Amino acid sequence: MLKKTLDISSSPHIVKGRSTEDIMKNVVWALLPVVFFSIYSFGLNALFVIFTATFTSVLTEHFLCNLSKKETTVNDYSAVITGLLLGLSLPPSFPLWMAFVGGIIGIALGKYIFGGLGYNVFNPALVARAVLQAAFPVAITTWHPAFLANRFSTISGSIYTWPFMEPQYDAVSGATPLSAFKFDGITTSTAELAFGQISGSTGETCAIIIALGGIYLIARNMMSWRIPVAVLLSAFLLSGVLYLFNSELYPSPVFMLLSGGLMLGAVYMATDMVSSPITPLGLWIYGGIIGILTIVIRIWGGLSEGVMYSILLANAISPHIDSVIKNRVYGTKRKVKAV
Amino acid sequence: MAFFNFHKNTFKHGIHPPESKDETNGLPIKQFPFPPVIILPMAQHIGAPSQIIVREGQEVHRGQLLAKAGGYVSVPIHAPVSGTIRKIANVPTILGKMSTGIFLEAFPFSTQEVLEGNPINPDTSTPEEILQGIQDAGIVGLGGAAFPTHVKLKVPEGKKCETLIINGIECEPYLTTDHRVMLEQENDIFTGIKYLLKATGTQRVIIGIEANKRDAANHLKKHIPKDLPVSVRVLPVKYPQGAEKMLVTAILGKEIPSGKLPIEVGVVVVNVATTAEIGRLLPHGQGIQERVITIAGPGVKKKGNYTIPIGTPLRFVLEQVGVDEEISEVYMGGPMMGVAVSNLDISIVKGTSGILVFTKKDVSRTPKTYPCIKCGACVDACPILLNPSKLGILAKFEAYNEMASDFNLMDCFECGSCTYVCPSHIPLVQYFRLAKRIVRKREAEKKEKVDA
Ligand code: SF4
Ligand code: SF4
Repeated sequence: MLKKTLDISSSPHIVKGRSTEDIMKNVVWALLPVVFFSIYSFGLNALFVIFTATFTSVLTEHFLCNLSKKETTVNDYSAVITGLLLGLSLPPSFPLWMAFVGGIIGIALGKYIFGGLGYNVFNPALVARAVLQAAFPVAITTWHPAFLANRFSTISGSIYTWPFMEPQYDAVSGATPLSAFKFDGITTSTAELAFGQISGSTGETCAIIIALGGIYLIARNMMSWRIPVAVLLSAFLLSGVLYLFNSELYPSPVFMLLSGGLMLGAVYMATDMVSSPITPLGLWIYGGIIGILTIVIRIWGGLSEGVMYSILLANAISPHIDSVIKNRVYGTKRKVKAV
Repeated sequence: MAFFNFHKNTFKHGIHPPESKDETNGLPIKQFPFPPVIILPMAQHIGAPSQIIVREGQEVHRGQLLAKAGGYVSVPIHAPVSGTIRKIANVPTILGKMSTGIFLEAFPFSTQEVLEGNPINPDTSTPEEILQGIQDAGIVGLGGAAFPTHVKLKVPEGKKCETLIINGIECEPYLTTDHRVMLEQENDIFTGIKYLLKATGTQRVIIGIEANKRDAANHLKKHIPKDLPVSVRVLPVKYPQGAEKMLVTAILGKEIPSGKLPIEVGVVVVNVATTAEIGRLLPHGQGIQERVITIAGPGVKKKGNYTIPIGTPLRFVLEQVGVDEEISEVYMGGPMMGVAVSNLDISIVKGTSGILVFTKKDVSRTPKTYPCIKCGACVDACPILLNPSKLGILAKFEAYNEMASDFNLMDCFECGSCTYVCPSHIPLVQYFRLAKRIVRKREAEKKEKVDA
């Protein structure tokens, strides 16, 4: 007994049992209810769009790793998240070949060229969506009504458009609450917004389910609570002030919070750790910028929705936030740079 | 963040690892059997190694001086058992280096009475006499640092010690020695405090204890002698509160300037077990022969708190307490800052506060590391308020000079909080340890060049 050689390792000899893989996996779990609700309200169309985006993302990641002769990184689940988020932010009857292109762009341009996980400046899913928005402005703003009776049996013609062909829409109507408000001045009721009785991108319509997923991740200490709170709070405050100022002209703050992609963006997209600041105060500032910018774009911009551009812009300035917000090192007067 | 900093009674950041103290904190201190052979390395404290004054074949009495201090920053070593000096040869130490050592074979039937020396009276002795007495007793910081206590207590010219802090924090998981010492040796602690007050010329003593040892805090409070200016402060549990800097900040709200000692802000910090040892030994003029050690961890059968003779071989200790077949790693000290030993042929030294045995399945090591995902967990954990994420990235590029000049690498005291929380399992503190060593070496080389 006691002859055996011992292993040696350097301290600390215990670690907190929460790995990057765990965090990514849990984000996927938290997104699944959003996916299910999306399929429930938009039927097979949503299923196909989300699946295509996710599958393409994972495949691209695997392929690029092979290409650069690295061990594949698909099992860290980050590509799954990118794909799911992309799929969830597209319209339900989006042509699949475009979703396919989006999946490739997200991973290749959004993440890979920066150096892979941990080095991306922007949220990869949003990079993909921004490129799709520029390339296919009509397809990405053509909405599809929710809860059609035949949604589990038929697929929209637009879904299987051949690459580079004009998509043929069969059930064009479903204006989103935001576009309805912006272009026609129609408001949607709070209950309809909260429970997803509306049209919109596949994953953005049920605010409650999205919020629950966020609460789950925050409770498990796998997401910064500061970002969603900062985004929603700043958006609420700005739109609240405007609403008090003139409730005829401006929509209510509750409408602003629950409509469009704000909830999905605040909970799942702005919270990408890699492309957000690292200090607590930095996170507040970052979230605040997103919330305010979203409202500004929605109200004064040419687009009905501004979440995507707000987050991308905040991603871009996040390193600068880090270089301004510094901790003072213990026992010194020196502020240490955060980047 | 400045405007969220209204909480007092603690320091910024830090972590909450599982305490894992329940299995041993209720077990009274037990005397450990004497091993057949004691092995005493001469380099077991910070500073110059002790100088051997005995020869092979000599018979020595328990408590007799075996080696004298090798200088001012050094302490003597006394015989932990009565017996015969068998051999003087090189022995391995915890850090893997070799040191001259004494092999002392215990007399099997000795009563193991301890030799008495010149008693030191705290009331009539001068501060210098007390400091000399502490050095002569071979006392070093028993919390793990093993820095000679008399050096630490020496208040430099022009400085004044206003507060003496007794460190009963014991923030390392598993360890319960200070806890038991506070519960069982209150008289020694208060006698020790008397010596410390005199030696440092201080009027005020605060004993800092974490809230998971409330029983010890209450016990000490009840027994404070009337003539001692002692108060007990219970602090919220947080690692690394036992670090001097953090403890001073938690209790007094002052920061110790970078690169300086607590005396800079008028404080001297002494570990509670060290204090008890001073109170036990100085009235009899004896030298330190044993210390209290927690033996714990999932791989140990008879867990507990034991008084173990210094120089007891680790192998003997583990055979006595019984360990799991699948033992894989053994740590000297706590799991956060302790050292993993490479073999069992080393012995207990004055700085050994715990022996932890982990089996294969308990060693929480995920082989896979991921890139830094900038989650900020390390930034929120670092008690020095560094940016371990950035330091880790620079370390990968071997930008050691930049780490030191722009990101305060040298202020890192290797507490390991950043590595503990990192979800990507980046060995941050391991990088920093290496980086600090390289920076120090480069600086030394530079100096040499200038001097030459
Ligand atoms: S090991 Fe160094 S960098 Fe890491 S938390 Fe401790 S002091 Fe900070
Ligand atoms: S804890 Fe690890 S992954 Fe998170 S920011 Fe620090 S180094 Fe990066």
